[in-house]
Amino acid sequence: MTALLTVEHLTMRFGGLTAVDDVSFTALASDITGVIGPNGAGKTTCFNCITGFYKPTVGQVTLAGRNGIVQLEQLPGAKIARQGVARTFQNIRLFDGMTVLENLLVAQHHALMRASGFTVLGLIGWPGYTRAERAAIDKARYWLQQAGLEAEADREAGTLPYGAQRRVEIARAMCTDPVLLCLDEPAAGLNPRESADLNQLLYTIRDQHTCGILLIEHDMSVVMTVCDHIVVLDYGRKIADGTPAEVKADPAVIRAYLGEDEEAA
Amino acid sequence: MAETSGRFASAIKEALLAGLLAAVLALPIIGLKTVDRGGRLIIDPQWTAVAWCIGIVILGRLLVALWRSRAGADVVKGPGRIALAFQAQGKWLGPLLIGFAAILPFMPFADRQIIDVGIVVLTYVMLAWGLNIVVGLAGLLDLGFVAFYAVGAYTVALFALHLDLGFWVALPLAGVFAALFGVLLGFPVLRLRGDYFAIVTLGFGEIIRIVLINWVEVTGGPQGLGNIPRPTLFGMPFARTAPPGVTPAHEFLGLEFNPVHRVIFFYYIILVLALLTAAIAIRLRRLPIGRAWEALRENDIAAQALGINRTNAKLAAFAIGAAIAGFAGSFFGTRQGFISPESFTFIESAIILAIVVLGGMGSLLGIVIATVLIIGLPELFRDLQEFRMLGFGAAMVLIMIWRPRGILSHREPTVRLGAKP
Repeated sequence: MTALLTVEHLTMRFGGLTAVDDVSFTALASDITGVIGPNGAGKTTCFNCITGFYKPTVGQVTLAGRNGIVQLEQLPGAKIARQGVARTFQNIRLFDGMTVLENLLVAQHHALMRASGFTVLGLIGWPGYTRAERAAIDKARYWLQQAGLEAEADREAGTLPYGAQRRVEIARAMCTDPVLLCLDEPAAGLNPRESADLNQLLYTIRDQHTCGILLIEHDMSVVMTVCDHIVVLDYGRKIADGTPAEVKADPAVIRAYLGEDEEAA
Repeated sequence: MAETSGRFASAIKEALLAGLLAAVLALPIIGLKTVDRGGRLIIDPQWTAVAWCIGIVILGRLLVALWRSRAGADVVKGPGRIALAFQAQGKWLGPLLIGFAAILPFMPFADRQIIDVGIVVLTYVMLAWGLNIVVGLAGLLDLGFVAFYAVGAYTVALFALHLDLGFWVALPLAGVFAALFGVLLGFPVLRLRGDYFAIVTLGFGEIIRIVLINWVEVTGGPQGLGNIPRPTLFGMPFARTAPPGVTPAHEFLGLEFNPVHRVIFFYYIILVLALLTAAIAIRLRRLPIGRAWEALRENDIAAQALGINRTNAKLAAFAIGAAIAGFAGSFFGTRQGFISPESFTFIESAIILAIVVLGGMGSLLGIVIATVLIIGLPELFRDLQEFRMLGFGAAMVLIMIWRPRGILSHREPTVRLGAKP
């Protein structure tokens, strides 16, 4: 099977600081790939390079998406989303003043924009646009059901509890029809129950939607449960890469990440 | 009990502070009146008036503070009772207002002054609805909106002067030119955010005005441009006499000539323009572009991650807002018959922005109410002379105390999955 995402020699420098240093890995469409590491290991920087929020100093990010092979590092931020890369944020970024349903419709901006004839046809009440909007609402409803949020559709997103906001953000990302979903610490701040619900949602996405998942997390227990494949970063470098069992047993990981020294002391 | 007396003490402290502030302001402004006595200016102190001012401020501040502490410390809350009532009645209040506006010129009390005030109010309503797209929806704080108003007005004047085009041909051109200026300004500026953006638009507004003053060969400089053609009714002018071969509109309509007819005609033109603006604004909000604007306002980074091109979306908002200002400007030009840079100062931008903010960002109905308060009342109370601005200021302060987030600050969702509650 060919890789969905191939990251090669990715390096990101901010002045004298090298946040990500020559990292290479691949992610499969059938996998949940975890990127883990202690705080400041360069996980989010790595993510921002993949999703176009930063332009990497060196390296290539290749996506085998719907439109064939694409070099993501050459595209501006907004175009990366259109190639099928969706993301969520470590500190949730919803459109707080809009309803949950509206949040999910914004995610389908491009399809709806075309259907509204770039606003001109929509302005005169073109029937094709009404149909497209109904289809968009149906898609939003599907993802709300998957996320267990259908009853909250008309609530302002900012008024939802924290765990629900996390799921809205994932549902919103899925409404863009991605081939790769990048989640930045999706389980942060969730209680065990919410965390279990989240895992179910991730399995559904992986198994029923041919969408690969790339996941940043520093909570080991979450990563060990849901991930099929794990990449470990420390001080911007990749120190391990493999299945959860392999990574768990890797002495370099234990030393760098689990803090063997403190425990031994 | 201790809590009550503590609250009272802090209220008194607040009131005395406000009184001190009032004293600082009132002593020189009200207290020192200059009188011309035999060619000599002497100062006639007005201590009673100053005492009254300070007394009123202390008492008012005391009442507000007590009322607030009784209502709870946090005054910023959801839509109040009156706003809720407005929403509930919004379904028929809107059409009712439109109906009232449509028959206003034929009401028994509608004299020429009332219709003139109506025209001015409707012009500002239209401008504020246009600015609302930029500020209320897209969240771009534009402090130079009047620049596009000026572009529209000068477009009509210049096309009439050089190409002899009438109002109806120049009207769409004014919109196009204003939108063009919007895009021209937008390109370099839209990458800026928040305060920086506001400052640059403020500068742009001034640049346009200063160019209008100094480019004398084209704009006539401070003397302005005159002889702007009046709009015609399908080629028929509203005038006592018409050029040979053309019927004056009053003859066609079978009426005695009366100059008020032209005022009424102006009234209906701006009413139609304003209603068109409202229809477009309402539609736009429900279209993907409108949702994209609101998304950019709420969180532009998330919007970008969803594939929305920030620059294009903001540019569209800017251009549409500018086009609406251009239309309003062309109407202003043709109504005045004469324009000069004096009509396009920063204070105009500030007033339009004040209307949008006071109305509750995003609410079309709130904007109408705010325009009537800000534009209509001072126009109607011209008889009160220098006291009208005082009353105006007091009204603003009261509204900001009563509804700090604008008169109608509720946001209605553009789509719903369930039924409307």
